Amino acid sequence: MAVDQQLKIELGKQGVFVTTIEELYNWGRKNSVWPMQFGLACCAIEMIATTMARYDLARFGAEVFRPSPRQADLMIISGTVTKKMAPQVVRLYNQMAEPRYVIAMGACAISGGPFKQGYNVLKGIDRYIPVDVHIPGCPPRPEALIQAFMTLQKKIDGQPLTGEERPRHLNPEAQGEFPVPEQGAHDLEPTSNPGVWPIPVVIR
Amino acid sequence: MKTVEEIKAAIEVAVPGAGVEIVSNPSVSGQHSLLIAHSHALQVAQFLRDDSELALDYLSNVTGVDYLDKEISEKVKVTRTVTKTVDGVEQQVEETVDETRKRVEPGYLETVYHLFSVAKKHGPVIIRMRTANRTDQVEMPSLTPIWRGAELQEREVFDLYGVVFTGHPDLRRLLMWDEFKDHPMRKDYVEPDDFEYEPTAHDQVLERAKQHAAAEKAAIQEGAEAR
Repeated sequence: MAVDQQLKIELGKQGVFVTTIEELYNWGRKNSVWPMQFGLACCAIEMIATTMARYDLARFGAEVFRPSPRQADLMIISGTVTKKMAPQVVRLYNQMAEPRYVIAMGACAISGGPFKQGYNVLKGIDRYIPVDVHIPGCPPRPEALIQAFMTLQKKIDGQPLTGEERPRHLNPEAQGEFPVPEQGAHDLEPTSNPGVWPIPVVIR
Repeated sequence: MKTVEEIKAAIEVAVPGAGVEIVSNPSVSGQHSLLIAHSHALQVAQFLRDDSELALDYLSNVTGVDYLDKEISEKVKVTRTVTKTVDGVEQQVEETVDETRKRVEPGYLETVYHLFSVAKKHGPVIIRMRTANRTDQVEMPSLTPIWRGAELQEREVFDLYGVVFTGHPDLRRLLMWDEFKDHPMRKDYVEPDDFEYEPTAHDQVLERAKQHAAAEKAAIQEGAEAR
């Protein structure tokens, strides 16, 4: 049950704070998103800059970069995902505890970027794991990463705790583990996870 | 620094039967290089490094080059004896005919080493080695025992071109994964066809996208006919 906004403000003026479990829960979650400490390429330098004093990611409660996937809530794919690295990235994502979120940072992470036509770079990490926020840029500026953070916070804040739209950790039937691609003789096998990334149909 | 011809002469004095050839570079820079035979490669490399005048103590770069099999067609003048009737009398006449002959020059893999001297502040001296062909005889002696800096670069050449360096201490793939079978920098490498989705296709990718679109259309038509 949502609280009537007008009534809430009125009660607030009288010194009575009214909220719902959902609001309180999501308020806590969105202000303590701890990213995982790993960088893949030059975008990682921008990610590091974002955490430093000038841009100060600590304002968003996300300054604690955890060196273990078990303690992290957010995976920032900061840079080029090579086909050699992709299975490790998926495995790290599998090792993270729910609730977990992914930001694909930069042109390489979202599509392969300038290396898209190469033989060795994955054409977007969303082929294997679900991505919550994509940021374009080569590399994106720290402001863009902060924008992605705020978008993610809005997304967390808007997640209802019950019903179809509830986050994965509250849904016992949700898919928790994502298959790790095998490194085959010519390419990764399979080349994408159709459950996560159905091959888009281009209308010509 | 000595010219390439002088270095060649010095090598031939120091290592008898070294079999060094000069590969000339016709461009303006004129960086000619030395083609080294496999059998004496280590001795020649040792000489280049340890000779007091050359002292090429620094290996700056190792790279691979792929030369495909070349089909050469050339016109050759052939003289043959033909029986002809001249003035009502049969005679043996010599006749010259143009004939086109085709031959296949086998391709090879080549490695190029750029050497400098830190002690003498000169360089580069460029040495090359070639494999016998590009399919089954792709061995070549490793120069890692002479210049330790060659280790990773030879591994890279092995990974991307498939040159097998005999005598290398740790010949594994460097950039691609161990299960990978191809050599991506070879000219006949076929990359995986994974452009399922390309919103702004162009050039080669456009060609591929068209092929994919044709295949998709055919599949849809087949489905419609089946219905």
